[in-house]
Amino acid sequence: MQPAVEFRNISKAFAAVQANADVSFTIDRGAIHGVIGENGAGKSTLMSILYGYYKADSGQLLIDGQERSIRTSHDAIALGIGMVHQHFMLVENMTVLDNVMLGSEGGFKLAAHRAQVEAKLREICARYRLDVDPLATVHDLSVGAQQRVEILKQIYRSANILILDEPTAVLTAQETASLFEILRLFKEQGKTIILITHKLGEIMEITDQVTVMRGGRVVGAVDTVSTSKEQLANMMVGRPIQSELPRAPFKPGAPVLAVAGLNLTDAQGVKLLDDVSFTLRAGEIVAIAGVSGNGQSELMEILSGMRLPTGGRVDFLGQHLPYTGRTHADGLPATFRKLGIGHVPEDRLRDGVIKDFSVMQNTVFGYQDRVKNRWGLFDFDAIAKRCGHLLNAFDVRPNNPDLRIGLLSGGNQQKVVIAREVSAQPKLMLVGQPTRGVDIGTIEAIHTQLLRLRDEGVAILLVSVELEEVRALADRIVVMSGGRITGELPIEEFDTTRIGLLMGGMHKS
Amino acid sequence: MKKTELPRWATAVVLPLLNLLSALLVAALAIHLLGESPVESLSILIHSALFNLEGLSYTLFYASTFIFTGLAVSIAMKGGLFNIGAEGQMYLGGLGLTVALLAFDNTLPAWLLIPVAMLGSALFGAAWAFLPGFLQARRGSHVVVTTIMFNFIAADLMNTIILKLVPAGQQNPASRVFAAAAEMPRLNTWMPSLGDTPLNISFLIAIAALVIYGVMVWRSSWGYQLRATGLNQHAAHYAGVSISRMVIVTMLVSGALAGLAAVNSVMGSTHYLSLNFPAGAGFVGIAIALMGRQHPVGIFLSSVLFGALIQGGFDLSLEKPNIPPETFIFIQGLIILFCGAMENFYGPALLKLLNLGRKG
Repeated sequence: MQPAVEFRNISKAFAAVQANADVSFTIDRGAIHGVIGENGAGKSTLMSILYGYYKADSGQLLIDGQERSIRTSHDAIALGIGMVHQHFMLVENMTVLDNVMLGSEGGFKLAAHRAQVEAKLREICARYRLDVDPLATVHDLSVGAQQRVEILKQIYRSANILILDEPTAVLTAQETASLFEILRLFKEQGKTIILITHKLGEIMEITDQVTVMRGGRVVGAVDTVSTSKEQLANMMVGRPIQSELPRAPFKPGAPVLAVAGLNLTDAQGVKLLDDVSFTLRAGEIVAIAGVSGNGQSELMEILSGMRLPTGGRVDFLGQHLPYTGRTHADGLPATFRKLGIGHVPEDRLRDGVIKDFSVMQNTVFGYQDRVKNRWGLFDFDAIAKRCGHLLNAFDVRPNNPDLRIGLLSGGNQQKVVIAREVSAQPKLMLVGQPTRGVDIGTIEAIHTQLLRLRDEGVAILLVSVELEEVRALADRIVVMSGGRITGELPIEEFDTTRIGLLMGGMHKS
Repeated sequence: MKKTELPRWATAVVLPLLNLLSALLVAALAIHLLGESPVESLSILIHSALFNLEGLSYTLFYASTFIFTGLAVSIAMKGGLFNIGAEGQMYLGGLGLTVALLAFDNTLPAWLLIPVAMLGSALFGAAWAFLPGFLQARRGSHVVVTTIMFNFIAADLMNTIILKLVPAGQQNPASRVFAAAAEMPRLNTWMPSLGDTPLNISFLIAIAALVIYGVMVWRSSWGYQLRATGLNQHAAHYAGVSISRMVIVTMLVSGALAGLAAVNSVMGSTHYLSLNFPAGAGFVGIAIALMGRQHPVGIFLSSVLFGALIQGGFDLSLEKPNIPPETFIFIQGLIILFCGAMENFYGPALLKLLNLGRKG
């Protein structure tokens, strides 16, 4: 049988950076094919070539056995290639139906065509058990349902080859399971699926073949049944990965943070946080698990002083955090920082660094008032010395303080942020999504730093949507769903199914 | 490695020069169409504005005003605020110093009178910028819109006020002439070779302001927070900057600088407050901030360029009757178009060229 897609000696360079080097492999028709690799391994570039965003410098692309030149995404769609992006491409205030029709309206008059498309959508939904109401408005849908809309869009455009880019990053365990059901159904119908992911568990669970990429090259192509997680991980990173990082025995100290009845209601009256209470002790890592968008971000913003709660109380080292009597949180993060609260924000580029500042300038970000000389001006000598020390201690690469931080990889930017926050010697460290968009090698380094901090007696509140990360770091797990705490369990009772249920809002009762 | 952005020397030097060249090229075309030789006209312009001492000192006199309006727009821009209102703030600054001078010019000695008047201009300029800043900070009303509106309000307000200040029997719609103590000391007092020129110590104060601006923006914690706010408000908030306070303070400083621009125009030259004395200097400040990339050296050079255009354009229209005096406004407009609106016009091409050179 002819393969659905064949890459032959694909190379693509961005000047001196070889994003893809002589990539050759085939994807069988009717198979679920995994493509894995660290950030910068060349997966995205390769898929972008397949989907017509980039043109390969050399090599051939064969679709159903025929050499094709795909210059735009229109060409790709015409060849039956569909892509579900990690960040959904949906107009939130339009209905599912209108989103599907967008770009293929079928003429000037909408109404007639709309009825036709609606019928077809209902038929597709039934056939693939997609469970989406074509007339629902997108922003009313859950993340999982929005993803199904994306899939629906691709099937409507008669995609036979479906590329899914990190599809489970935003899903609960249950939603992931139902996505996989849909994918298996696709496979039965003879469609081809390319799954890009970094989650090895998923690769093992659902794929038929796996291609492993590293440094722009294919370093392995195996049948899933004949490989293991460990083997794949080693291939991805190119060296063995420690699965268990060393940590001191759990000896929690005095309470550092006590959150009591915290509420947050937005201007529309939606409860973003609903009666959240928990405590955090010195030398303890409490991880807040949950699907993103369930109140974790708001909780971190409140605890770091970036946002005011609408009710409730927070005690930090026995002292009320000063939320009351204010109309806005302007300047409050500076106060909290002075109290000894460090914060690694989950959206690094939005909050954590100034992309256009140099690495060195970013190492004092948030602490700009602590680096003045007696004239009240910046003490550049001290800043440079401190920066050089941090870059060495946290192994930031390239070790160049004058580089704009926007030019560093995500992992190295994150190391700068963590180095900066750690060096301020906080008593409480708020850490949001510390390894989002960070490659495996760096994840290990970041986890090691956080555990070291814990062993030194710092209280750490971690928010992560990666259960793997929660398992690797936490002493205690708090699960949030819909702005409420739905469960709490010590790490010894870690259980994916149970946590998944709690994440989906099933209360412990 | 393939560059995705231009190196600093290219954005700081090559692009502005290319933009300037393009503007001059179009201007040359216009002069050609007017029936004059572009080359000859340009050489007259340059000679008159730069290569004789008297012309040069006139150029620097105009530049002194522009440095202040350029600084006003620049500092706001560094904080992410587009202050279009320097014109109105400068106009009000003129009122501020006039109020001080009308009250004290017959009583205070010059060494005290001049600082008091300067303070008045800065205060009034800042006050005029306060409300747009406050509305932006607390109500989210866009500062571009409010400062434009405030220019109009300033124009009408000043119209009313100045007409009230006209002494009985005077034809000129202006305040009375200030006492001699209010005159900014002219530099030709110490350097007679400068010729008959209004160039005064405002120029030296402007240079000092450039230096202070440079130090404050790049070497102080406040400037660091200002730049952070300008680049990414979310991150600045994370870093503990009080955004609303920063916005208001930035507008106050910007307005004060624009107000100070009135000192050179009023106390350095006319010695009375006249209708519409800013004559577009506030708007030229926008072009200067863009072209000079908010850098002290850039602001200085662009201020001198615009000063030279006024001085040279004036002489040019005297020598070449075919070229109307408005031509320099036309050239100024072209420069604003190329350096402001089309700032990055040549960027992509230059980038391609550089990458080509690297490969080859």
